[in-house]
Amino acid sequence: MIGEYLENLVNLVDAYYLQIFVNIGIAIILALGLNLVTGVTGQLSLGHAAFMSIGAFTGGILTIKLGMPFSVNLISSGLMAAFFGVLIGFPILRLSGDYLAIATLGFAEILKVILLNLDITNRALGLSVPLPNTPIPLPIYVWLTVLLVIAAMILIQNSRFGRALRAIREDEIAAETMGINTTLYKIQAFAIGAFTAGLGGCLYAHFIAYINPSDFGFSKSVDILNMVVLGGLGSIPGSVLGASLLTAAPEFLRFMERYRMLVYGALLVFLMIFRPNGLLGGVSVRQLVCKALGIKPRPRQSLSTDSNMEGRRVK
Amino acid sequence: MPLLTMERVSVRFGGLVAVNQLDLEVRQGEILALIGPNGAGKSTVFNLITGIYRPTEGTIRFREEMINDKQPHDIAMRGISRTFQTIHLFNELSVFENVLIGAHTQGKSGLFGALGGFLPAKRREERSLASLARECLELVQLDSKTEELAKNLSYGEQRRLEIARALAVKPSLLLLDEPAAGMNPQEKKELMELIRQIQASGISILMVEHDMKFVMGLSDRIVVLDYGAKIAEGLPEEVRFNPAVIEAYLGKGVSGQC
Amino acid sequence: MFWQQLINGIALGSTYALIALGYTMVYGIIQLINFAHGEIYMVGAFAALVFVMIFKMNIFLAMVLAMAVCLLMGVVIEFIAYRPLRRSSRLSALISAIGVSTFLSTLVLLIFGADAKGFPDHVFPVVQIHIGSAEISSLQLLIIGISALLMLSLEFIVHHTKIGKAMRATSQDYTTAALMGVNVNLVISFTFALGSALAAAGGVLVGIYFNAVSFNMGLMAGLKAFAAAVLGGIGSIPGAMLGGVLLGVVEVLGVAAGYSSYRDAIAFAILVGVLMFKPTGLLGQKIQKKV
Ligand SMILES: Nc1ncnc2c1ncn2[C@@H]1O[C@H](COP(=O)(O)OP(=O)(O)OP(=O)(O)O)[C@@H](O)[C@H]1O
Ligand SMILES: [Mg+2]
Repeated sequence: MIGEYLENLVNLVDAYYLQIFVNIGIAIILALGLNLVTGVTGQLSLGHAAFMSIGAFTGGILTIKLGMPFSVNLISSGLMAAFFGVLIGFPILRLSGDYLAIATLGFAEILKVILLNLDITNRALGLSVPLPNTPIPLPIYVWLTVLLVIAAMILIQNSRFGRALRAIREDEIAAETMGINTTLYKIQAFAIGAFTAGLGGCLYAHFIAYINPSDFGFSKSVDILNMVVLGGLGSIPGSVLGASLLTAAPEFLRFMERYRMLVYGALLVFLMIFRPNGLLGGVSVRQLVCKALGIKPRPRQSLSTDSNMEGRRVK
Repeated sequence: MPLLTMERVSVRFGGLVAVNQLDLEVRQGEILALIGPNGAGKSTVFNLITGIYRPTEGTIRFREEMINDKQPHDIAMRGISRTFQTIHLFNELSVFENVLIGAHTQGKSGLFGALGGFLPAKRREERSLASLARECLELVQLDSKTEELAKNLSYGEQRRLEIARALAVKPSLLLLDEPAAGMNPQEKKELMELIRQIQASGISILMVEHDMKFVMGLSDRIVVLDYGAKIAEGLPEEVRFNPAVIEAYLGKGVSGQC
Repeated sequence: MFWQQLINGIALGSTYALIALGYTMVYGIIQLINFAHGEIYMVGAFAALVFVMIFKMNIFLAMVLAMAVCLLMGVVIEFIAYRPLRRSSRLSALISAIGVSTFLSTLVLLIFGADAKGFPDHVFPVVQIHIGSAEISSLQLLIIGISALLMLSLEFIVHHTKIGKAMRATSQDYTTAALMGVNVNLVISFTFALGSALAAAGGVLVGIYFNAVSFNMGLMAGLKAFAAAVLGGIGSIPGAMLGGVLLGVVEVLGVAAGYSSYRDAIAFAILVGVLMFKPTGLLGQKIQKKV
């Protein structure tokens, strides 16, 4: 009943734009998860797509084998990815900086090879994923998830937990001496990042309807990293903007289709040198909104609620 | 009963014995100064107490409990906090947030608390952490700079911010590594006053400092370190004229201003 | 059988070692994982291919020229993409390196297309030489020989020349070296030059060995070589050589034991294992961070 109504609503949107919208939504979910790990906590992960693949295959297989209700399926996919996040994070998060980055990459590649060799993932042939078992149209699911993830990220960044993550990014030794269990917090951040990647992967699998382990390789991880870096590491609005821009650009700029990766590569170098804070780094969105509306921003209380909406320089 | 006891603690880095069979006691409520020439091992002692380095041998006890093998965050939770010789602030965060992070030990909510951040109990916790942070900032007179980024403060302000951050941990033992370094005489005077105030609030202090006037004027007792080993210990006036101490400093070309 | 695989492994491993040297030298000096290093190796292979196919050059001349091309490229990349970031965080530099890597592989893809290219058959005469039950091809001998020669030259440069001494000083202690009047910029450029030339040689040798040169050969080889460098102990030149050869041997033996579809995972399993259990690698030194 409600499903039918929503279905009609979604059908009002042109199919081509709808597809772009959904892709943007999925990209935002992925970017926000990586932003928490890399932007907020400062732990460079080069294997974000691997967690996406876990979500995609978990979701796909659950739909194929069990025909599970999609909402249960979606959460299971996220949890499965988070489980792997903890499993992988536990041993490697002791490593610092570039070693960590390489280890995430290593694990991602190992996982890809394993998925390419399992029967349940249909090896290198990939899986066709049937329609999800839900009356609610997928685009609505995607955007509801986007909103929930954004809300969760805002809450996280404005909490004692989020502060601890930023402390780790800024100075791990000082964070430890302030009583922050850095290993535990890093693992938690990693698990949340993996969880959201799992959500994104599950949504992606059901939207695209076909998944192959090779789709979730290193270049996918770099794609997501690009979105976060472009928007401004650590900035939630930045990640949303970065994901939207980089997903939409190839659709609207024809030349981008062929030269996409070329532009992305150059962009990363360019951004690091000339604008390491990304597009929205150091920009307070609240102040911009206030200015646009012509109101004077409330004087900041000390307990500011959005001091961390601003992207921070990479540490 | 002493607050902190180190018994025959040594640490080696490769061939170098940075701390050698050190016995050290910090008593409740006192200001104990740890002095010695450059490279004597003073900062290493701090790193041992705060769990950043592990002793090669010996035991460290805090309130009777062995803390040798505890992680730095565990040790902070037990009530030891510190400042660093080379400033370790959260540079890209605001002054206020730096201190709020110091107040981490005084809060409880973790990941799930964060997701319930809109609940009254959580908001109450945030408010109490914020007011603790504000108190600490007022104490070091940085309450007018709460929104500045830590990296934009002057050197003396950064040193005071480190102290505020360490106080927000609500320690019973505070370690200060060269708190007066790089300060002008006026700032030093204010800092002395501040440290006395901290002591008066019931916090015991272990301090490393090269400025002898500062040390003599402030400390209840002094321990002198040379080549990682203790060469003297006692009241300021005893240590000042101890031949071994004079020898250690003069032999190395007077690095402190005695 | 075992000896045969060992020979194959050493030949493959020598090429990993050639690439690993570049990673280890750069890391030793500026603590950067030069992510673009694998692409330099790939470009080296393409450069030689162009010299052989279009300019009809002898393979050895082509290889030397390819090394020269990559040497320049390495220096230019460092200058454009890393030097401006030397004072920034290591994360920025690493991201920039990933950017360079993506850029180069896409550029080659756009120019040469996605299909693997091969060297002409006659480019190097292949004869099999029997040693007991195993046989070694002239090509494998060439690979092992050239790799050994290049590595010996590197050892010579690092230990017996003035610039080599400056390199070692800089990797010991960057700041002190700079204060003592070492021209650090020159040392860094020189390090990139050396590493890139070696990687190019590796690329050419692998291109001939597998008779395949493709735009995406750099990523995997680069990562494996990095694994080799970590295995040997990052920052250590003999470590990179040892790690490369070991990794090659293990990989070939693994494939021979029937794990061919897990081939690429072997290197990463080693990488992750070393990082977790002995991050200093076989020959690296433990450094406790000073606080
Ligand atoms: N992590 C480490 N690895 C190797 N050596 C170290 C390490 N930490 C300290 N040292 C060495 O231990 C010795 C003592 O150093 P420490 O920093 O404790 O001296 P200090 O008394 O604080 O000197 P200063 O007055 O200059 O601060 C020095 O020789 C130092 O080089
Ligand atoms: Mg010191």
